[in-house]
Amino acid sequence: MIKQDIKKILSSEDEKISTREAYGRKLAELGEIDKNIVVLDCDLSKSTRTAIFAKKFPERFFNFGLAEANMMSAAAGLATMGKIPFASTFGVFATKRACDQVSISIAYPRLNVKICATHTGISVGEDGATHQAIEDAAIMRSFPNMIVISPADGTETRKVIDEIYKYNGPCYIRLCRGNSPVLFNDNYEFKIGRGVKIMDGDKATLISAGFTTSITLEAAKTLEEEGIEVDMINMASIKPVDSEMIIESAKKTGLVITVEDHNVIGGLGSAVCEVLSEKYPVRVIRLGVQDKFGSSGSPAELIKAYGFDKDSIVKTVRENIPA
Amino acid sequence: MDSELKKKLQEKAKIIRQDIIEMLCEAGSGHPGGSLSIADVFSYLYFSGILNINPDNPSDKYRDRVVLSKGHACPVLYATLAEKGFFDKSHLKTLRKYGSILQGHPDMNKTPGVEMTTGSLGQGLSCSVGMALGARLDDLNINIIAILGDGECAEGQVWEAAMSASHYKLGNLVAIVDKNGLQIDGFTKDVMNSEPLADKWRSFGWEVFEIDGHDFDEIDYSIKSALSIKDKPVCIIANTIKGRGVSFMENVCDWHGKAPSEEEKEKALCDICNLKLED
Ligand SMILES: Cc1ncc(C[n+]2csc(CCOP(=O)(O)OP(=O)(O)O)c2C)c(N)n1
Ligand SMILES: [Mg+2]
Repeated sequence: MIKQDIKKILSSEDEKISTREAYGRKLAELGEIDKNIVVLDCDLSKSTRTAIFAKKFPERFFNFGLAEANMMSAAAGLATMGKIPFASTFGVFATKRACDQVSISIAYPRLNVKICATHTGISVGEDGATHQAIEDAAIMRSFPNMIVISPADGTETRKVIDEIYKYNGPCYIRLCRGNSPVLFNDNYEFKIGRGVKIMDGDKATLISAGFTTSITLEAAKTLEEEGIEVDMINMASIKPVDSEMIIESAKKTGLVITVEDHNVIGGLGSAVCEVLSEKYPVRVIRLGVQDKFGSSGSPAELIKAYGFDKDSIVKTVRENIPA
Repeated sequence: MDSELKKKLQEKAKIIRQDIIEMLCEAGSGHPGGSLSIADVFSYLYFSGILNINPDNPSDKYRDRVVLSKGHACPVLYATLAEKGFFDKSHLKTLRKYGSILQGHPDMNKTPGVEMTTGSLGQGLSCSVGMALGARLDDLNINIIAILGDGECAEGQVWEAAMSASHYKLGNLVAIVDKNGLQIDGFTKDVMNSEPLADKWRSFGWEVFEIDGHDFDEIDYSIKSALSIKDKPVCIIANTIKGRGVSFMENVCDWHGKAPSEEEKEKALCDICNLKLED
């Protein structure tokens, strides 16, 4: 059941927006209140939506062209000068092309760089494997000092950007290309390290983040109609993850299913497993990309083919709860 | 170049351009601008007979290798490979669809004739360096041709590759830069100026030719010269027009990564048909 206290933060509008668009708009707003905010991009500002900021504050926008490694270390340099750099490109390039630069120039010295990467997951669609970040959260999560946040909708994205703006340190924000339903209204509050439980049940725990949260919520509603009530948690904060909430729910349900548009190795599913295997071992089933590269296709086709569409989630719960 | 051959290459370029437009319209997404700008070079590479490329023997160890480092321009490669006979043309309409052999960016394991998986810009020249080194180790007298974008040349890795190619005196390696002056966020000179580009390649130890990338005589002369230079790598800077052949796409930034609608397709095909060719 949708939790009573949660209803006041859920959106009642029938609206859709991509998290990259919400990011671009929010960034342009923040630019107004703080002159120290600078934005960096690598020839993708139209796609990452940093172009909105660039248009408003051209003197605080730096296009590095096709040179992601250079951009990341330059962002680190700007941070040492007291600036607040937001560095954007696609997830694949932010985390893989510029991997060592992010690790050594940004994470290790714990510099205040906000890496906001768009086009993550196979939901990128037609561009195919080379442009679908399925390992970005895993890479970023493994860097000490780096926090990793994967917002589910436009509202959560705005709130996340507000929070990380106030937070002093390196962060990786995992944004998406495609439109997704607005789940939360403006009353919603995001806190680093906190999940939000949307539905309450005792048969299983569903945990998701990012693009898959709205799909998982739909699955949970379908299950409820069948009389299977589950805990449904949105865990935008992949690192630090909300251990308390995960353990509490696992204690109640005894079965946890994670859903993510990411390789099941190293992302949200792994983060949940790490918590539970040490503190309260229960069975965890990880839905997501099963250690395969992505491919071309429409986002909906791919999500179905890779096995984390609504039907696959419902089926997994149905087949694995105790009879 | 003899006029018979030139006519043939112009004809092939026309077919390649038409197929690019048709397949992108069908796919509903993809990259027309940078595909059209390099279509004449592709026509020359695959249909002039200059390279040893045989669709009946795609794994011939003596074949020449063409590496499309600017992988987003794969429609030009797919159209060329289909026209050459590497696979049936019916595949072109499956571009970017789920299960297709024609992925949004080149996949060497899915598409016959594709020599290297690319799409993350900046890597193809390094892969070509490896191929050239391997060919030399095995005494294979073959050519490796890498096609790069001018925006792509901002990647540091391109210059790491350039340095290693001249260090190892890779006379079997040719880089062709599709200098169409545009990338995604605007003109290359505004986004990240790479000029003087020819001087950069020269200073990295390469022989450089600067040509009109839509003039078959200049393409012919420069590639023949490049293949005859055996003591160092050669860079051909092909000055091109992004979107070449389609009036409303020419030199328009927005047509980097957008598919034509049905209506735009008709107009584009018409333009390509009427493209004025010099003799
Ligand atoms: C490493 C990397 N960064 C960013 C991109 C996204 N991207 C695709 S095409 C492109 C612009 C390429 O410009 P250019 O090399 O000039 O190609 P062309 O004009 O020939 O299309 C960009 C930024 C990419 N594919 N790879
Ligand atoms: Mg270009």
